[in-house]
Parts: sequence; structure tokens; C-alpha cells
Amino acid sequence: MNKHKRITKKEGLALLKNSDLLGLGEWADGIRKGLHPEKTVTFIVDRNINYTNICINKCTFCAFWRDKEDRDAYVLNKDELYKKIQETIALGGTQILMQGGLHPDFDIEYYIDLLRSIKSRFAINVHGFSPPEICYIADKSDLTIKETLNILKAAGLDSIPGGGAEILSDRVREILSPKKIKSSSWLKVMENAHMLGMRTTATMMFGSVEKPEDIIEHLEAIRNLQDRTGGFTAFIPWTFQPGNTELGSKGQRVKGSKEGTVPDLRTERSEVVEPGLSPHAATAIEYLRVLALSRLYLDNIENIQASWVTQGLKIAGVALRFGANDFGSTMIEENVVAAAGVSYRVSMEDIIRTIKNTGFKAAQRDTYYNILKEF
Amino acid sequence: MLAKTKNKVLSGKRLSKEDAIKLFETDDIFTLGKLASYAARKKNGNKAYFIKNIHINPTNICVNRCKFCAFSRSKGEEGAYEMTIDEIIHKLRAMSYELQPPYSEVHIVGGLHPDWPFEYYLEMISRIKKYFPKICIKAFTATEIDYFSRISGKGIVEILTELKRHGLDTMPGGGAEIFDIGVRNQLCPEKLSGEGWLAVMKAAHKAGIKTNATMLYGHVENYGQRVDHLLRLRELQDKTKGFQAFIPLAYHPKNNEIGGTYSSGIDDLKTIAVSRLVLDNFSHIKAYWIMLGEKLSQVALLFGADDIDGTIIDEKVTHSAGALSSKGLTAGELINMIKKAGKVPVERDSFYRKLKVKSQKRDVNE
Ligand code: SF4
Ligand code: SF4
Repeated sequence: MNKHKRITKKEGLALLKNSDLLGLGEWADGIRKGLHPEKTVTFIVDRNINYTNICINKCTFCAFWRDKEDRDAYVLNKDELYKKIQETIALGGTQILMQGGLHPDFDIEYYIDLLRSIKSRFAINVHGFSPPEICYIADKSDLTIKETLNILKAAGLDSIPGGGAEILSDRVREILSPKKIKSSSWLKVMENAHMLGMRTTATMMFGSVEKPEDIIEHLEAIRNLQDRTGGFTAFIPWTFQPGNTELGSKGQRVKGSKEGTVPDLRTERSEVVEPGLSPHAATAIEYLRVLALSRLYLDNIENIQASWVTQGLKIAGVALRFGANDFGSTMIEENVVAAAGVSYRVSMEDIIRTIKNTGFKAAQRDTYYNILKEF
Repeated sequence: MLAKTKNKVLSGKRLSKEDAIKLFETDDIFTLGKLASYAARKKNGNKAYFIKNIHINPTNICVNRCKFCAFSRSKGEEGAYEMTIDEIIHKLRAMSYELQPPYSEVHIVGGLHPDWPFEYYLEMISRIKKYFPKICIKAFTATEIDYFSRISGKGIVEILTELKRHGLDTMPGGGAEIFDIGVRNQLCPEKLSGEGWLAVMKAAHKAGIKTNATMLYGHVENYGQRVDHLLRLRELQDKTKGFQAFIPLAYHPKNNEIGGTYSSGIDDLKTIAVSRLVLDNFSHIKAYWIMLGEKLSQVALLFGADDIDGTIIDEKVTHSAGALSSKGLTAGELINMIKKAGKVPVERDSFYRKLKVKSQKRDVNE
């Protein structure tokens, strides 16, 4: 394989299926060094604000959604929202990640008001509304995706998170999130956003029901779009977390359980899995392999994020030698993953220390990867 | 940079102190990992071992109170506990109902209790053996053996012989920490010295008791002191051949007097790899998942480790110090981790004899 040429789908598949991980890691590490020779690993101080957990989509892997009638269903009121943003700014935060469920009663007016009221009070980057939300807003208000994005941008939306991508293969999406938008819609939202000058990230959630071919299909779709638009700032692969979800423990979704009281369903899990679904979460080795391959495959995306939230700090540190150059967000609040029982409470100091102990300089960045502060 | 060391490894030559320090200092973790994998494969092929075992910590009351220890308590202090032999038997019995198929080893270590006589430990061992004759008893660190000798007035050899006669099968490798006296004075001034530790192990090996060896790293020591530790183990092993596995233990900073930080994942992997390369006379290097976390232990299988220990039920010592790993992994999870690392899982007994190779379809997603 020519290491200076773009990796083809076939080559990517071969690397994913059987390659020596250390060799792959070394290759990805070399590419990372070439792209980021300054030996700095960045992170962003931001807060995840989930404006509502009421969602009509009910994706099988999601532990976060509630029905409107559930006793712990909520819509965040403005005072709470402002308080959260104030706290974020006080902690040196520069961005809020605004995401939420697909609420049956909201239309675009709700989102316009939400954005305007934030932007009129705070100088903070709003990184918000992943493609499923954008499509839903468009749908509810009879607008095109482009119109929707234009309106939201005018109201103050700065950039768009890459969530809801899971695996961009409709076969997989049919199992994981049958009501969620199709791959083509996800890509269309991103393409339109990029055309309007908005930067976005791209994610991939793997380790559920996908096949190696699906992962390659995903990487290929992202690379193709990036060739056309150049709008992706970063790629973030992360692993499906079996836990408090329908997919991980069929029929045992425990509603109303709070963080810390989530029952451990590991033991039952192996008995009640979906056909074709691994009873085990993707292991660290699979994670590092996909991460390294992402670094190699996505030669047109500058940044690859390590996912400390799903991997823990030690593996996230190791990931810095397998292609990653960014630690993502300090996640002042992480509801979605915490609800699935994987909650690594990690402070900024822990992140900085991990980066330094792994042999890199640590720096806080903004949404667009400009360095704000070195540590 | 590693070319010279690489040649030595490939031609089967022993590494020097300088080689070992260079390996710790290198940034080239990939070459290091590949060399360690090569060395591991030469010893154990593509196998990765695990064992089904249970941990019993009979008491956390300890006269030593080492500074890094979050587990121990003084007598009468809140949270101090002691188990009667009946309670231990009861617990083991309950566990053997719960675990199907049952465990093959019980691992017993605890605090240095101010009042328990040596006879109490003998009775503990012989009663466990009587109730569970097929289960291997791996018990007591060198620190405890030395303590038994002091409280009973008997010599080390006599203590070991009596324990063996009552049913002790093997000994764990704890209490080694870092042999260097300067480090030891900072870490655990009251504990048995490095020389004392090695002397107990030598006596155990002579008495026909196989043991493990450990090293607690990532606190105040430097690479030179780590390497010195490894070399002293290698030297004793040359003489006795009594060590089965070497287990590097990552220091945990929570709830103790030393504080500090968790070791980085890269440091953990390097330590595994250098251990594999330096300890050329040890058959096994264990990535103890309780200490490293299950995810890192799996990656360690690509850096020279060939054992990830067991399905440990109820581990108290490390979790008191803030271990982030889960408290028990099922055999299915261990097998999956090993297979996904491209290795062949082998369930072993306390002496690394193969019990049965698992290939349950249900456990793996092919
Ligand atoms: S993943 Fe998003 S769209 Fe799916 S159920 Fe959860 S909140 Fe709703
Ligand atoms: S490490 Fe062992 S000897 Fe030291 S205080 Fe803890 S239990 Fe006692």
C-alpha cells in the first residue's frame, strides 16, 4: 500500500479487518505529527446544555429521551439556561453545546427565541442542533433545510455539532434509529451548513450493529463531503455504550432512573441482545483501531478528537499516539452519556495532566481551533 | 535510537541497566511494543491467560499504615473490619454457588493485625483447604510472612513450611513496591525492606512455594529505580526460578497521604513492555486489570503482557485508593477482550496449567 496516496475503500477495509494495531498506530501517529508538528493537544471549555429530554424519536441506543408524560421529562426554563451559561463563562468556557430531544410541540419560533435570548445576553459560541434536530425543525415549520439553517444562523447559531451521524449507513440506521433521519439527510444538513459558511464537526458511533463495511462507508461519505466543502473542523469517533438503553438491554429500559442509580445491566445483557448485536461494548483495541484508521482515511480533516467520555482518560491519552490531536470538550455537564451509566467525572485539570503526562503541551482552544491559552 | 537494543532482543541477549532506562525514556512506543510482543510470543505464543479467582481480604486493620495505602485502618477506627474464619468459609461457599463454573483460586491478603496470632492464619488456611480441597490457595505477601515471623518468634523458613503444610499453594507478589531504600523511606518506612522482601521470596522458592513479584510505580520513583527493581528480581529469579509472573502495579493516588496523580496510559504500556524485555527469565507478565483498568489491560496484551488476571470478586485494596475499573469482570467479558486483541484466551489454574480453552460462540461477535 502506498502510504502517500489516499486510502481507497478497499484498502481501508483491509486495514480495519486485519492489520497489526501497532503498525497502524505508528502510521497514524506519523500523519498526526505531520499535521500538528507543534506537539500541542487542544481542548475546549464548554458546557453541554440539553434544553429538553422529551423526544419523539426514541432511538434504541439512547438512554436520554423521555415521553412528555414521564415524571422526569423536562424543558429547561430560561433562568436555568442563563445560569448555566453564566457558570460556563465564569469557568472560562467559550462555547455551549446545545442539543435536545425532538419535542412534539416546538417549531422554529422556539429555537429562534432560544438563540436570540442567548445571543442578546452573552458573548458565547453556540454550537448547536445536530442534523436530526435541524431536519425536525425544518419539517415542523415547512421550511427547506437551507432556509432553516439561514434563519437559525441569523438568530445566532454559530456552528453545528456532528451528532446524530451514528453510522452513515441506512442499513444500520434502520436498526439503531429507524425514525431518525437517513444518511443522505444528515449529509445534506452538513453540506448546506458548510455552504452558508458554518463550520461543523462529524461524529461516528460504532460498536453496535455495524459491520466493518459500514464504518468504511461512513468514512468515505465524510471524506467526499469534506472534499466538496471543507467545512468539517474535526472528526470524532466514539463507541456505543451498552447500558441503560433498549439496544443494550432489550426491553429493560429503566425510565426515571437518575445518574448514580442506573442499575447495572451487564449481567443480563448477554442473554437479551438484538440479533447481530455484540453483547460487549467495543473494546479499547477496536476503538484505537478505528481512531487510527480515521486519522489515515480522513486526509482532508485537520483534527481528530479522542473520546475520554467513552474511553476514560488513560485510553484517551493513549489515543493521542494513535492519531488524535484534540481532547474535545471539558464537558461541564454531560447528561446523555451519564444517563447510560458511563460517567467519567473529569475536570479540566485531569485533562491537562493527561495531555502533559502523555508528552504533549496542553492548550485551550475555541470552536475554530484557535489557541486561547497554553498550560 | 533503539537499534542496538533491538538487535540485542532479536538475538536473545540480556538487556543491561542502560538499555532498560533507554527503553523507558524512548518516545517510540511502537518499536517498544513490537519488541515486547516479540519477546512475549517467544515465551507464550499467541496465548493470553486469565483465571477465575476470588479475593479475600480478612482484615484491613494494620499496624503498618504505609503512606500510599488507602485500604488499612487502625484498630477501633471507623471502617475497620475483621473476618472470622466462619465468615470467610461462608463467603467462599456463597461464591461457589453464584459462580458457574466455579473459581479455581482464592487470593488472600490483608492488613497486619495487631492481635491475631500466627495460629489463626494456619487455621484459616487449613479450614479453607478442608472445605475446598480443589481450590488453590494463594496467600500472604512477603510483608505478612515477615510479620508472622516477628509475632510468633519463628524463623521465616519455619513459617513458610508450616503454612505450606496447612494448605498454602502459592504466594502473591505484593509488598515489593520499589526496592530502593530512599523511595521506601518516603513510601512505607515501616514496611519490610527490599532486601527483606527478596529474602522471604528466596526462602519461599526454596521451600517449593511458587510466588509472583510486583512493582508499584508511578509515585515518587524515577526510571533508574524502576530498572534497579527489575534487575534485582531478575537476579533472584536466575537463582531460584521460583517466580511465576511479574505484575507491575500502577499507583493510585486517592485517599492516601502521598497523593499525586494517576500514571498515564502510555507509562503503563511502557512499563509492561520494559518489564517483558528486561525480565527474560520470567514466564509471565501480568496486566492486572484492577489496577490498570480493563481497557488499558487489553491494550497491554499488545505490549508484552500475556495474562490479565481474573474475574475478581470483591477487591477492596485497590478500590479504596480510587480504582476506576469495575469490581468484577465475567469470564465472557475477559474472553471477549482477549479475542478482540487477536490472542487466544486460555483459562489457567494457579500454576498456569490450562483448564480449558473457551470458544463459546455466544460470547463473541464474529
Ligand atoms: S438520540 Fe436524540 S433523537 Fe434519538 S432518542 Fe435520543 S434524543 Fe431523541
Ligand atoms: S500496604 Fe499492607 S502493610 Fe502497608 S498499611 Fe496497607 S495493608 Fe498494611
